[in-house]
Amino acid sequence: MAALAGKLVRSVKVLNNFGRGTACHRLLFARNAHFTYVPDTPLEEYGDTSRMNLFQSVNSAMDVALGEDPSAVVFGEDVAFGGVFRCSIGLKDKYGADRVFNTPLSEQGIVAFGIGLAVAGATAIAEIQFADYIFPAFDQITNEAAKFRYRTGNLFDCGKLTVRTPCGAVGHGALYHSQSPEAFFSHIAGIKVVMPRGPIQAKGLLLSCIKEEDPCIFFEPKILYRAAIEEVPTGDYTVPLGKAEIVIEGSDVTMVGYGTQVHVLREVATMAQEKLNVSCEVIDLRTLLPYDLETILTSVIKTGRMIITHEAPQTMGYAAEIATAVQEECFLNLEAPIQRVCGYDTPFAHVYEPFYMPDKWRLFEAVKKVVNF
Amino acid sequence: MFTRSFCRFSKYLQKPVNRNVCKNRKLHISTALCATHSSGRYEDKPEFPGSRSHFIHKLEFINPDDTEGIPVYRVMNRKGEIIEQSEDPQLDKDTVIKMYHDMTLLNTMDKILYESQRQGRISFYMTNFGEEGTHIGSAAALSPKDMVFGQYREAGVLMWRGFTLDQFMDQCYGNCNDHGEGKQMPVHYGSKELNFVTISSTLATQMPQASGAAYALKRKGKDRCVICYFGEGAASEGDAHAAFNFAATLECPIIFFCRNNGYAISTPTKDQYRGDGIASRGTGYGMYTMRVDGNDVFATYNATSAARDICVKECRPVLIEAMTYRLGHHSTSDDSSAYRSVDEAAYWDKQDTPIARLRYFMISKGWWDETMEKEWKKESKQMVMETFARSEARKKPNPELLFTDVYKNMPWHIAKQQQQMKQHVTNYAEHYPIDSHEKWKD
Repeated sequence: MAALAGKLVRSVKVLNNFGRGTACHRLLFARNAHFTYVPDTPLEEYGDTSRMNLFQSVNSAMDVALGEDPSAVVFGEDVAFGGVFRCSIGLKDKYGADRVFNTPLSEQGIVAFGIGLAVAGATAIAEIQFADYIFPAFDQITNEAAKFRYRTGNLFDCGKLTVRTPCGAVGHGALYHSQSPEAFFSHIAGIKVVMPRGPIQAKGLLLSCIKEEDPCIFFEPKILYRAAIEEVPTGDYTVPLGKAEIVIEGSDVTMVGYGTQVHVLREVATMAQEKLNVSCEVIDLRTLLPYDLETILTSVIKTGRMIITHEAPQTMGYAAEIATAVQEECFLNLEAPIQRVCGYDTPFAHVYEPFYMPDKWRLFEAVKKVVNF
Repeated sequence: MFTRSFCRFSKYLQKPVNRNVCKNRKLHISTALCATHSSGRYEDKPEFPGSRSHFIHKLEFINPDDTEGIPVYRVMNRKGEIIEQSEDPQLDKDTVIKMYHDMTLLNTMDKILYESQRQGRISFYMTNFGEEGTHIGSAAALSPKDMVFGQYREAGVLMWRGFTLDQFMDQCYGNCNDHGEGKQMPVHYGSKELNFVTISSTLATQMPQASGAAYALKRKGKDRCVICYFGEGAASEGDAHAAFNFAATLECPIIFFCRNNGYAISTPTKDQYRGDGIASRGTGYGMYTMRVDGNDVFATYNATSAARDICVKECRPVLIEAMTYRLGHHSTSDDSSAYRSVDEAAYWDKQDTPIARLRYFMISKGWWDETMEKEWKKESKQMVMETFARSEARKKPNPELLFTDVYKNMPWHIAKQQQQMKQHVTNYAEHYPIDSHEKWKD
């Protein structure tokens, strides 16, 4: 696992080291570009900003958390030297080796260690190197972290635990560096599940997770670590959990997604407007559990049509819950069957990634389907 | 091999021919690695980052059968006689009597709750028969501020710390006084005030959590440690491995206390492991380790007390394996005669229980006699019976509490389901046991 991770890191580095405009970079980028990143604009009330990509904004969030809360610690595999995706770079030097430290290579150990820290009153920020490797910790997350407050009658809790983990497609991650396991976790009562779409969101949502009094799983779309760059507030701010955001307003079709797929949806909305004269409303869910059904319902009541997308496989995927909930609440408003545009029900294969992805063309087709129904 | 060849050659570095050999082999290793052995032979030391050791030149596997098992530390014999006077912890009379009271009160409670399960009055129970000494001996050696993470067969630790009979039984009944709000099965106790982290059924999950808690206590720097109890069966879980390794590498003040009682439900230790029990694993993780007679409350006390010192002073984990025997069935869902002989259990019951051993000791000191024994038995039984009746009479909690504490604040979807449940139960009241529960406010 460590060796694979190392390989991927090297390839990410190689990708980054090619300067913009060189033939090699275009080639690599073209292979990965299933989306175009559109920077967000930070709210003025968040204060001074600085240009950051997503890994830098995650780093900034942890910097704020460690600075504000002396009990806070950051730990996981290879975090001490800065992390294989550079998210914790500089933090050990700034806050000390007892606060930013490597653990042995054991995911169940990492999450459990974090639960214990949180139970004893410390703020625990754990990293699982890839979301693909979170499954050894599944027992600790679902049977322990999620149920700690409930089963103890609120005598004990591990609300101060946040588990960060890189997720999603990266162009060439294959089976074990590409997964989006959010649906497994969204079925667990007692945890919060969050996925940002860019650096501003990442920092604000991560700080919310860290301060939240419930255990949180924070999925970071790794393809955005370097690709997503925008002006990010340098200070402390939070983006509320459990609240979706309407990224583009529209009147004909509601499109719901999260993470990298929000950028794909943005592009689809433009295509639909230009080629079909269809107005799409794009909603970024941001928090997957508990999720903001109200924002979705308000939108679907207005548009009467809905498309949901995620990179994860379709069957029993996250979209199934949204589709069912909307169908229950908006039966009389729906003018077409709800469409799911998701990954296929296969493992995430290496060379077939362009065919697997729920890309803009598959989504464009879904728009045609719902408006022509 | 290369290093060794290089060293041989380096002896002749003055000679051009050999220097060429070195060059050709492209070995750029510092000659400092090649130390001169006192015998005059040129020796080298392994420089691998993964271990500290020396080279050997004969093929030799380390055979686990070559070494005798780790010895069992004992302070008093089966007749309650102190073997080495210097090892007598010299506990005062009141402490020893409290030890005996707590072990026997636990024993009495176990008998009555076990019977109550047989009568269908509580749904489940697990006794502590034969292991009372491990609980009390270790608990007495700790500070009440030390955090406890347990498995499920450590009720004596709570008893020692002052958990009341009402608290035990309210939990088993899941009634409205249970601090756990009736959410877990019986014997899943917990107490915030007594620093006893609530038990969960999942085996060994508490172990790496305990390491994390110990790390947090170390950073707080307040002379506290964590004790984590587990059975020898749970030690086979991956979480046990994680716990030991994290505690050692991250220098956590934690005592891992293994109750090796010979069985994990029906599985005897020969099917559980092939090494020398659990203790033999300790040094493999870089932990201080000892094995103790778990039926000897003083040996357990001494071991835990010394382990606590190491934790607090050196910030290192310690592993204690307490050898004992599970006298009772695994639980009320188990009939142990299906997999072990009644004679075997009878041997331990007659020859070697922690309660009998401590009683012998107390009698020899003149601190206890037959009359006191009879009176205490009567008194403790009466206390348990009275509490039992109180707990049984209490109503179950308000059904609304099914939905609380999933999160710190109830999210919209759970609040909606709570309303749905209340509406439904109101409409179909005759089909639900609402009379045995407290009423919800509306």
